[in-house]
Amino acid sequence: MYVYQDYDQRLLEERVAQYRDQTRRYLAGQLSEDEFLVLRLQNGLYIQRYAPMMRISVPYGMLNSTQVRKLASITRDYDKGFCHVSTRQNIQLNWPELADTPDILAELASVQMHAIQTSGNCIRNITTDEYAGVNPREIEDPRPWCEVIRQWATFNPEFAYLPRKFKIAVNAVPDADPALIGVHDIGVQIVHDHNGETGFQVWAGGGLGRTPMTGEVIGEFVAWPDLLAYLEAILRVYNKYGNRDNKYKARIKILVKALGADKFRELAEAEFAELKGGAMTLTREEVARIKACFVDPDYRTDVDTTALHNALDQHRAFNRWYHTNTRAHKKDGYRSVTLTLKKTGRIPGDITDEQLEDVADLADRYAFSEVRTTHQQNMVLADVAEDELYDLWQQLDALGFATPNLGLITDIVACPGGDLCALANAKSVPIAEGIQRQFDDLDFVHDLGPLDVNISGCMNACGHHHIGHIGILGVDKKGKEFYQITLGGRGDRQSRIGEKMGPSFESHEVTGVIGKIISVYLDNRLENEPFISTYERIGMDPFKEVVYG
Amino acid sequence: MAKVIVNGEIVENTWQRLTSEELDQQDVPAEGAVIVPLAYWLAHRDALLERAAPVGVCLEPGEEPTDLAADLAALPLVAVNFPAFKDGRGYSYARELRTRYGFEGEVRAVGDVLQDQLFYMHRVGFNAFEVRADRDIEEALNGLRPFSVTYQGDVHDERPIYRRQSA
Ligand code: HEM
Ligand code: SF4
Repeated sequence: MYVYQDYDQRLLEERVAQYRDQTRRYLAGQLSEDEFLVLRLQNGLYIQRYAPMMRISVPYGMLNSTQVRKLASITRDYDKGFCHVSTRQNIQLNWPELADTPDILAELASVQMHAIQTSGNCIRNITTDEYAGVNPREIEDPRPWCEVIRQWATFNPEFAYLPRKFKIAVNAVPDADPALIGVHDIGVQIVHDHNGETGFQVWAGGGLGRTPMTGEVIGEFVAWPDLLAYLEAILRVYNKYGNRDNKYKARIKILVKALGADKFRELAEAEFAELKGGAMTLTREEVARIKACFVDPDYRTDVDTTALHNALDQHRAFNRWYHTNTRAHKKDGYRSVTLTLKKTGRIPGDITDEQLEDVADLADRYAFSEVRTTHQQNMVLADVAEDELYDLWQQLDALGFATPNLGLITDIVACPGGDLCALANAKSVPIAEGIQRQFDDLDFVHDLGPLDVNISGCMNACGHHHIGHIGILGVDKKGKEFYQITLGGRGDRQSRIGEKMGPSFESHEVTGVIGKIISVYLDNRLENEPFISTYERIGMDPFKEVVYG
Repeated sequence: MAKVIVNGEIVENTWQRLTSEELDQQDVPAEGAVIVPLAYWLAHRDALLERAAPVGVCLEPGEEPTDLAADLAALPLVAVNFPAFKDGRGYSYARELRTRYGFEGEVRAVGDVLQDQLFYMHRVGFNAFEVRADRDIEEALNGLRPFSVTYQGDVHDERPIYRRQSA
């Protein structure tokens, strides 16, 4: 992980002091609601349905076990004993007291954590593949570049009052999009030129929410020393010309669309020409310093997999978990393990204080003390030796994190919806639970194969419903909760926005509708064909006929 | 007379800022330093330059420094208005005045200017702040120094922190 210098730590402490003073002035009536709103948002604090919600930053999803233990104690001392992994890889608290928030930030700062720019119209947490650095398919580790961007974005004085929030993701896998760069304000695809030098293909103008869109390639090849200058050029164009009159038209995607990618590129290139070669050019030394924070842990070379193979032969449940919840690793003898936070009956992504402590212990014992968060609201132990998988599985199973459903129909991504969120049109959590209960036969769930179900309680799309193979969106019709279904979204390769099916459904109808969609798939699929491919082959009509027929 | 922060100190405000509404009603006074809107400046440049007292120009959001580029050498002050503190266009304008056009005069933030924005404003090139009239300007002064550390370069020092450290 990135190792803090004195100055990184000092910055956090000064931030806490600043926010403490702002909160004091607000509580003393010296700052208006509106003024404090902007300041608190840039410190992660929303005011929600029941209480403030605090969004804690997890830069590119990386946590160490000390930080996880701190999250556990904060969750216990300042909240109701659980928190939530969000689709932006951040951690959210649902019931902190406003007056406590400076203390929470001080506690976080003691373990090099914070809530800087997790909300508000500024550059948000930088995200990447949850298997970054260990994914055998990536061309290099994207995390150092995420960290380079994080430092440039943190308290960047020019971009703290953008027209709208701004999200940047980095991807290093050539033929897949695990970081969802296609639906980010800026997506950075790492590429190599013919000499093997690193460069970036830079996308801009993707995003979900209202008017979902995928981005356009703006910079075809940006040499690595120019990365920040290029990003700054794009941000400057957006800051100057983004729409500020209508919050629903304020995202960069609307600007790119309105100007056209060519015109946008022209403006960005003009700004870039001024910055290129200047003081913000990255140096080899600095990149090397940051890369040195992401070197491989001390991998063992004596991993003996005989026992693993025996266990795989003998334990059907272990075998299933192994093939579903663990992933190939760049290092022989290792695998990445995903802890699914999706047990039926539990809010997707929720985790309790005690479970956090258990996860921290497991990370210490099995995974070099590191934990990651994922945009599917799960957690990852990225480096587990294969001869320890069986042990680990038994412990995860006891904790409820070994539900072998990663990437399957019951690994549902859902925003908190009407149960917690003041903006919701409808509930999401009971819908997720209904689907999980309907598909409770693991054999059947496995037979269905990969299937992303995403649920959002409103247009803001926190549950990423647009990129679910099956997307479910809460809509309000004359004060009643309804659900709009979309099919065919995907966030895996080139991202694509799902297609609306037709009139929406009442809550009690949703699981039945999902059942019908699945039956159309089963009736039409070719051998081993995943849902999304069947959908792309046969189109919407057969699904509509059965569902509305 | 109202106070203003200039170069980190609270001083008397010697400039009178005239809005286009005011200029519809009255002419520019013969005496005293005035700040006029961009459109007024462009329309009356020659007459304004003949005044004995100094003239500055105020940019509104949407009016970029480019519109003023040719005149910058003649101007001692450019103001950037923030009708609402949340509109961040002025941050890019100030930076542009300093780094693209090398403007060395006073760059003054006016309008909805508040303590908690001053640090960032200063870093992008503002050196003068007309703090909103209902706020305590002494207290606002604290807003200039909440941080001793900055990652990125700014108009005062373009180098990011790692270049400054190794220097
Ligand atoms: C409970 C309080 C929450 C509030 C008030 C809230 C508010 C919002 C709003 C207003 C937007 C729309 C911005 C726009 O695109 O114009 C948004 C988007 C988003 N939210 Fe939330 N949200 C909340 C919780 C969550 C949670 C729990 C998650 C993750 C599970 C989440 C993840 C996201 C994501 C990923 C987007 C971006 C969609 C995109 O790519 O454009 N939010 N949220
Ligand atoms: S999608 Fe809507 S309901 Fe769900 S968390 Fe986001 S804002 Fe709230």
